[in-house]
Amino acid sequence: MRYGRTVTSLPTGKEPAIEAHGLEKRFGSTVALAGLDLEAPTGSILGVLGPNGAGKTTAVRILTTLAAPDAGTARVAGLDVVRDAAAVRRAIGVAAQDATLDQVLTGRQNLVLVGRLSGLGRREARARATELLSRFELADAGNRLLREYSGGMRRRLDLAASIVTRPPVLFLDEPTTGLDPTSRVRMWGVIRELVADGATLLLTTQYLDEADELADRILVVDHGRSIADGTAAELKARTGGARLEVTLAGPTDSAAAALAPFVSGSVHTSHDGRRLRAAVGNGDGLATAVVRALDAAGAVVDDVQVHRPSLDDVFFALTGHGPDGTELEAA
Amino acid sequence: MTRRLRDVAVLTWRNLLHIRREPMQLSDATIQPVLFTLLFVYVFGAGIVVPGGRYVDFALAGLLALNLTTSSMGTAVGLSTDLNGGIVDRFRTLPMSRAAVLVGRSLADLLTALLCMSIVAVTGYAIGWRPENGVASALAGFAIFLFFSYGLSWACACIGITSKGPESAQGVGLVLIFPLAFVSNALVPTQHMPAVLRAITSWNPVSAVTAAARELFGNPNPSAAIQAWPMQHPVEASLLWCVALVALFGPLAAHLYRRRITE
Repeated sequence: MRYGRTVTSLPTGKEPAIEAHGLEKRFGSTVALAGLDLEAPTGSILGVLGPNGAGKTTAVRILTTLAAPDAGTARVAGLDVVRDAAAVRRAIGVAAQDATLDQVLTGRQNLVLVGRLSGLGRREARARATELLSRFELADAGNRLLREYSGGMRRRLDLAASIVTRPPVLFLDEPTTGLDPTSRVRMWGVIRELVADGATLLLTTQYLDEADELADRILVVDHGRSIADGTAAELKARTGGARLEVTLAGPTDSAAAALAPFVSGSVHTSHDGRRLRAAVGNGDGLATAVVRALDAAGAVVDDVQVHRPSLDDVFFALTGHGPDGTELEAA
Repeated sequence: MTRRLRDVAVLTWRNLLHIRREPMQLSDATIQPVLFTLLFVYVFGAGIVVPGGRYVDFALAGLLALNLTTSSMGTAVGLSTDLNGGIVDRFRTLPMSRAAVLVGRSLADLLTALLCMSIVAVTGYAIGWRPENGVASALAGFAIFLFFSYGLSWACACIGITSKGPESAQGVGLVLIFPLAFVSNALVPTQHMPAVLRAITSWNPVSAVTAAARELFGNPNPSAAIQAWPMQHPVEASLLWCVALVALFGPLAAHLYRRRITE
């Protein structure tokens, strides 16, 4: 035990580090959570993906003891978030969506403040602040006031603050929202490092590529409940695999028949007979096989494309609307 | 318990850093007291005759009351800023004492009050104010002011917790605090006021504290001629007011805070 107040029993065996069952929460007439279930095995990264207003932040607030659920239960590090709230706080690190550090303090003072309030001694807190500032490339900015930080720097300091006591469970609520693309990619690297020493991470995001990039498992949330759960690959497979598009130099009658062995369902041919489209099961090595088959059938191939479904497609398929709420256009 | 004390000390340190960094808050505790003291003594002092002494000796206790009362609004503004920003959420996810947020705030404000009080006293001393009853009695006078300031900061904490933002906290604070500070015996003798106004000023806690300090400082205290219990027994009245403020607004602030952070 390094620190008196950060003593935490890591969940042992197969017990998930984060689990919630049937979480419900309403604010007045607005239903924020309508029976959310989630689970993150120890040492994994769970991406909670959903549009604005899906209930992601509410879920994080309940799991981090900031809000109490109207119904349902949740355990973090094996501890009930309502009954053992104080013990849960010793096991978690949180980087919320809003600025939750002190604008009027320096970066270093903020980290010392968090360290001291988490139970570190004065010298320990200072040493840890120095260590984290250099690890998050903020060493030069350590003595500047937080209000002079850029958005990316502030987010990095927020992450640093969340791991001051090396908590075994981390919650990051939309850690890259509002950042420019370069800062986002940099942030991804930082987040991967956070869990390098075995912490469990729950990460919420509106960005499909972010969930794809970082998460071991993805939970898709919409209107306060989970609508899908799985690895990125599993979710993509749910939309029915890949889509094949072939463009020929000229209409060829035998082409559709030549494609038949590779496709699931029928082959759609365009008016001019040059473009053929079909759903295909597995995209691996498909293009080569298709070109060979068409060649053997006497068709001259201009172009072959195999579209693997993106998480955007997954989202559309699952919810009927895009991650930003746009309606699916009639295709 | 030691853990709780340490959390309070850490947050007090943090709040004091704020005062050092925020020019407005710092000027409330440093520049304004000097300015008020000089302005009132030289401008009002030229026109107001105080029975039984000089205006500067009469005014100093009143200036202490005025400055401490108005600077207690800092508690409301500070708490409101914390609650409406995200920092209180951060504190709430840390394994720390929950009461420390309020107690740390009130202690930092007490230390600010001490600074403010010292500046008024030193400025007053430089332009001729003298306590006449000895050091112990003068210190007792200062102690009553600090106690009052502490009680008042709990009342202001309630304003800060219930307000929607620092600006509205400041607005509500001004509306409540300014009449409290000015409808009193702090800056003018009250015995020639209309009966209703005189009754209000006599029962205003600021008047009791000011009168108590004037007695303890051995400075002119025209209010002693007023036949109202607090003016006849200003020290007792002050202590009762202080105890009442802390006993009422301390638990109320804790209750409002708990309600505010419950989701």
